[in-house]
Amino acid sequence: MGVKVLNSGLSTTIQDLGRPGYFHLGIPMSGAMDQKAMRIANLLVGNPENAAGLEIVFTGPTLRFDEACLIAITGAEMPFKLDGVSQSSWQSIQVEKGQTLEFDYLRAGARCYLSISGGINVPLVLGSRSTYLVGSFGGMHGRPIAAGDILPLGRCDFMASQVGKNLPTKMLPNIGVREIRVLLGLYSYRLTEGSISKFFSEKWVVASEADRMGYRFKGGQALEFVERKAPFGAGSDPSNIVDSSYAYGSIQVPSGTEPIILHRDAVSAGGYFTLGAVISADMDLIAQLQPNTSIQFVSIDMHQALLARAERVAEMKEIRGYISNS
Amino acid sequence: MGSRFTFGGDEHLLVECADEMSMRSFFKSLSAAQLIKKSPLVGLDEINAGNASYLIKFNPDFIKPAELLSEIKKIDRIAENSVPVIETRVVEIPVFYKDPWTHETGMRFRERHQDPTVTDLEYAASLNGYATVEEFINAHHSSPWFVSMVGFVAGCPWLYQMVERQYQIEVPKYLRPRTDTPRHTIGHGGCFACIYAVQGAGGYQMFGVTPVPIFDPLATHSHIDESMVFFRPGDIVKFRAISSHEYDAISADVRDGIFSLKTIPVEFDLREFEENSPNYNRALLDKLDGS
Repeated sequence: MGVKVLNSGLSTTIQDLGRPGYFHLGIPMSGAMDQKAMRIANLLVGNPENAAGLEIVFTGPTLRFDEACLIAITGAEMPFKLDGVSQSSWQSIQVEKGQTLEFDYLRAGARCYLSISGGINVPLVLGSRSTYLVGSFGGMHGRPIAAGDILPLGRCDFMASQVGKNLPTKMLPNIGVREIRVLLGLYSYRLTEGSISKFFSEKWVVASEADRMGYRFKGGQALEFVERKAPFGAGSDPSNIVDSSYAYGSIQVPSGTEPIILHRDAVSAGGYFTLGAVISADMDLIAQLQPNTSIQFVSIDMHQALLARAERVAEMKEIRGYISNS
Repeated sequence: MGSRFTFGGDEHLLVECADEMSMRSFFKSLSAAQLIKKSPLVGLDEINAGNASYLIKFNPDFIKPAELLSEIKKIDRIAENSVPVIETRVVEIPVFYKDPWTHETGMRFRERHQDPTVTDLEYAASLNGYATVEEFINAHHSSPWFVSMVGFVAGCPWLYQMVERQYQIEVPKYLRPRTDTPRHTIGHGGCFACIYAVQGAGGYQMFGVTPVPIFDPLATHSHIDESMVFFRPGDIVKFRAISSHEYDAISADVRDGIFSLKTIPVEFDLREFEENSPNYNRALLDKLDGS
């Protein structure tokens, strides 16, 4: 029973929507980096949106299904075959017992989400099945899946009416967005005004250090700091502050050179200044950025951030309605 | 100085009580966090308090940012005048200073250090005016430390030395962070000590290791509850220097599940501490020794 892992892929982890509530102890919320793609994958196979599936990054696993089920694959564009036959993403697919799923190389985006009817039924840890790699818990014993693992499934009595559910193209998230919207704030007062406008006018390129903890960027000019006498406890570098709590999505720039956006496995606190935070509506977009992708940060205000958030809620509501009525 | 309020995207509000570290600022952030937790405000997901600031994660679908800001400003003013007294505990943490593992790691990353010709301990001792490493180590474990924040990765505590500012140990972080630090390393950066909960990247100077686990994902240690994390802001820590022999003995006890941590409950009054910190500390440590 369950799903046998024949090949693991680069770093395939079990994720649900996350584990909020323990960040004050240094345990981040984890969960799918592209929450919308994870939610849609689950809806397509008839799961609760919070069911655990696989987050697949850059290269895909090879899996053998030892029981019949429904699957859906969303997110990045990474072609896949079931027993050698090509299948489409963003739709639910019936899988017979014994069939094997294989992925081709990545074409666009960075992360795919695989949902299986019944969900992957590993134990809940602090209320979630998400893998937190640095803390070595959650998911499959706190590590990525590995060849030889058997992923246990929850009860899998799917409805025949669920087979072939899909989304019209116009409802698919656009993973090609290259503008990341930011609300300036937090410790931005450490920077000169000229440096702030330069930050928003330059192209920034995703560096190779881009993972679930944070996304690093390079290519822009070093930031300029307002002069100061270092406050007691902060440290002497102009980018140092008295260590404080970090916000998800906040952008820190150690020594003023390479911005890092903290994502869902973020460290909870530290001593580097942050210049603001990516708005909640754009956090999923970051999950789909490959290294070497060039992006621009766009400064917006709180009113615009809330409008973007409301748009995203409305889109998700429309998707739910479409899938349940189709 | 009044607090500074600033949003971090549409889901976070950061309140910086002061831009420099002090016990007063820490107590204000802790009081504010407690008041916010008790308040009837809706839409609050999490409050992270530590050092001289606190961060609120909120859901703007349930509370408008402007409304949250005005409510938090009111609470922050109340916190300013809270009585700085907490019920807490003193915990003894054994430390094997000058251990072989942090030494080896330090040597591996020597080119990232300010002074590659000396060890982290030698560097910190001389920078802080101690003639020998032994005197420095003695200063490190003879006064207690206050846990002023918990977090980073998996429950790492930040520790603030409970001595007057001119006696506090201060060192810069490594020039470039290491990609490796042994689990349970006692580190130091700026004015803060820390204990690395798990092996991993880090930039603090390394002075020793403790055999005591402080993060417990598998729920195997009786001194750590179901949150997996041992420390809480407000805990008071007394380091005790141990030999390699005692390190091995405690490690064996931890492995066999028979280790118990020396801990006593205390009431901490910041006003009395500020009046005469050496006497206040001595009384705290006498209680620990007498337990």
